[in-house]
Amino acid sequence: MKHPFHLTGALRRACISWSAGACALALISASPLALGQAKPPVSVTAPLAQQFTLKNGMTLIVKPDRRAPTAVHMLWVRVGSMDEVDGSSGVAHVLEHMMFKGTPTVKAGDFSRQVAALGGRENAFTSKDYTGYFQQIPSQRLEDVMRLEADRFANSTWTDEDFRKELEVVKEERRLRTEDKPHARLHEAMDGVTYQADPYRRPIVGWMSDLESLQPEDARDFYRRWYTPTNAAVVVAGDVEVNAVRALAEKYYGSLPARAVPLRKPRTEPEQAGLRRLALKAPAEQAYVALSFKVPGLRPEGLPAQATVPMDAPSEDALALTVLSAVLSGYDGARLPRALTLTEPSVADSAGAYYGLTARGPQLFTLYGVPAAGKTAAEVEAALRAQIALVAKEGVTEAELLRVKNRWVAGEVYKQDSVFNQARLLGVSWINGFALGSDTVLLERLRGVSAVQVQSAAARYFGDDALTVATLIPQPLEMARKPRSPAAGMRH
Amino acid sequence: MNTPKLIAARAMIAGAIGLFYINFAWAGIPIQHWTQPQGARVYLVESPAIPMVDVQIDLDAGSRRDPADQPGLANLMATSTSNGVRASHAGPALDENQLSEAWADLGASFGGSASADRMSFALRSLTYPDILDQAVALAARQIGEPAFPEAPWLRDRPKLIASLKEANTRPATLAARALNRAVYGNHPYGYEPTEASLLRTHVQHMRDLHARVLRACAVQVSIVGALNRTQADALVTKLLARLPQAGCVKPPPVPEVQPLAAASDQRIAFASAQAHVLVGQPGFKRNDPDFFALTVGNHILGGGGFTARLTEEVREKRGLTYSVYSFFAPGLHAGAFTVGLQTRPDQAEQALALVREVLSRFVAQGPSDKELQAAKDNLMGGFALRIDSNKKLLDNVANIAWNRLPLDYLDTWTQQIDKLTAADVRAAMARVLQPDRMSTVVLGAPDPVR
Repeated sequence: MKHPFHLTGALRRACISWSAGACALALISASPLALGQAKPPVSVTAPLAQQFTLKNGMTLIVKPDRRAPTAVHMLWVRVGSMDEVDGSSGVAHVLEHMMFKGTPTVKAGDFSRQVAALGGRENAFTSKDYTGYFQQIPSQRLEDVMRLEADRFANSTWTDEDFRKELEVVKEERRLRTEDKPHARLHEAMDGVTYQADPYRRPIVGWMSDLESLQPEDARDFYRRWYTPTNAAVVVAGDVEVNAVRALAEKYYGSLPARAVPLRKPRTEPEQAGLRRLALKAPAEQAYVALSFKVPGLRPEGLPAQATVPMDAPSEDALALTVLSAVLSGYDGARLPRALTLTEPSVADSAGAYYGLTARGPQLFTLYGVPAAGKTAAEVEAALRAQIALVAKEGVTEAELLRVKNRWVAGEVYKQDSVFNQARLLGVSWINGFALGSDTVLLERLRGVSAVQVQSAAARYFGDDALTVATLIPQPLEMARKPRSPAAGMRH
Repeated sequence: MNTPKLIAARAMIAGAIGLFYINFAWAGIPIQHWTQPQGARVYLVESPAIPMVDVQIDLDAGSRRDPADQPGLANLMATSTSNGVRASHAGPALDENQLSEAWADLGASFGGSASADRMSFALRSLTYPDILDQAVALAARQIGEPAFPEAPWLRDRPKLIASLKEANTRPATLAARALNRAVYGNHPYGYEPTEASLLRTHVQHMRDLHARVLRACAVQVSIVGALNRTQADALVTKLLARLPQAGCVKPPPVPEVQPLAAASDQRIAFASAQAHVLVGQPGFKRNDPDFFALTVGNHILGGGGFTARLTEEVREKRGLTYSVYSFFAPGLHAGAFTVGLQTRPDQAEQALALVREVLSRFVAQGPSDKELQAAKDNLMGGFALRIDSNKKLLDNVANIAWNRLPLDYLDTWTQQIDKLTAADVRAAMARVLQPDRMSTVVLGAPDPVR
């Protein structure tokens, strides 16, 4: 992420601290439906989003919302850390930083200065699956930011000196977000053990030694290869008129030359056949344990638009896993917090589950917990797995099912409050290859998930063979209280 | 088609002659305000587009009123209302699980918290009548008839202590706490819960505090959502129905935050990948007549994101940090002014020297005319972004209510910014900030060679 203060950078990773419901729902956006119980239907107050393909193959998605005279403009590029190769990890994110360093007509720093002068706010984010850039602006200023964004999408340039300086900023970002955060370091290490061939094994921000050796030309190559119109989408939401936005987008983005998206070579993860474990020692007070199971995700082809067309088995399972994660930890009194933290004596100080549902790469279902005083990580691990086993044996209740579905439907209404989030969800959905409107289809399908399906999924996916267990082993703080000299390689 | 040169030229001209100013036909934000017979003050903005409502209850029972030996009590009391409600003629007792299930079933949420100045409760619900009625009735019980059962507290207390200890292993927390102590001294704004203070706190303290402060006559209620005035008034009446309606007494005054008599400098050894550098002092009170000048001053210094002076000098020109910032925290008392950054330990002294230089120069000289204009363009042009969701509007309405600002505060906001001069900003910053009397904390760097 370019600037530190607006939004959590790697959205996929951010799910670690979210409730399972929020993560599972990352795909679903607007368009309210009636509640699961007999409730009056919600009137659809906002016009639906519309999607277009520009002349050069770039995608445009427009979602009018007229409540205030503001708009959000986002550029989504379908490239993230999963598109990198060994030795230059972090280049997608470094490139995101370099996109603020100017073009032949906008000098370094002027992009931000001009957006600020328009009354705008701006930032950018990089994840494993995508890179995104956004501006929030008074809606009259849409054309100005569209012109600026299209210019840097096509014409970004920077000096070697700018690159070297910004690389130091990125290294500080890595120290801030990962190296001084034991949980972040644990999950970084865990990704590296969970995946062998899949590019999800590398950290988004990059390994420090890769950053140390990254060259300006690495970022320039990556930019030229992936920043092509067919590999990008523009999302505009807010107080805008669809046809006017479309005309502006054709003018500024549609006029850029079309280029083919490079071949994406499959780097298929070999099937895991046995439990993997890792431990990480770090200065901390509390231990922490995370269990990640390899499970199916929902693919675009697995979500037919017509409700009468049956889904394939992995997609059915993906929906059941979504419901399972919500039943386990989607609300304060859900099963994991209740069983592990709200009993006396409790085994954990906190516990939860999350599941992503959609991504460009493979999916995990993760359980985690912090042992209570006097309890061990092994006890928390056993308690987490016991809760899955309980669902596999006895299923979930109709009351639980209805509760998580009601919360989803209400969440659809609340989501409309933020224009920014509406645009974000549309962008993520496009990145993952879903058609416009699939959010509505998905919600309908989720409402159809039965207790039997949830029980069956719990019984089938949580064995040892596709499991990685990571444990944080706390080290005394005294080790950290004495000064140390900076490690070699950290010096200029 | 625009050539690149034309684009740049147009942008420059537009900037120079001020075309970036925007006239909002939309500027008016009608805030309806009335006082209920028992004294509760109500503020409403109708927002009919989405069938949802956000409600915030605020009262003068924030943590600045915590007993010195029980810091955090107000927040504990407010958050513990979710541990269950007692039986009454409104319904049977509900334990914590029944209560959280009831909220989940409604697709609604309700909870309490306390900041330094305010104790607050927030409700979010759909506005379909059957759902809203149930949500408001449940919220009324939670705020009016909390059980404060002992078992959940005795169970949760060790967890809170453990997380406190965990937080104390993190360099960012340790640095912030060290600055806090240096800036606030013994003022309640600097209180932090400790293991000992949590062990001293019992549910009876929460019950006593609840009985003392939660009164319908003492609250302000801010509402943004798909409700008209009649509906909103009925909602507030029902929401507060289970509280004592009368018996409000003005709480005693809390002493002011004292200015620092001298500079202080703490160096704390810590083996982290980054050093944390913090510089601060008491700032100003929210009712300071120079509020806008100080807001603009900080925006230019270190609050305006990428274009701020500190970011330009520390990050952009030298690559010393990912994040450098400054902020004021004005409240009923002078909240801290803080400058902060993180950097590789061997660069900490260089970054600190740079921060001090930028700060001193800015306080002495104030902004350039160009900087002031850029800040005005951003703040005034971007005003609508501060109020473009129900949630953001609610924050603003509650702020207006709490600080007894005029009801047209949002309508005149851009004018207040527009009329400032560079001299106004310089004078205000120079009055409030004394760069030679600030507290400094550097945690994580080796001792400088002196």
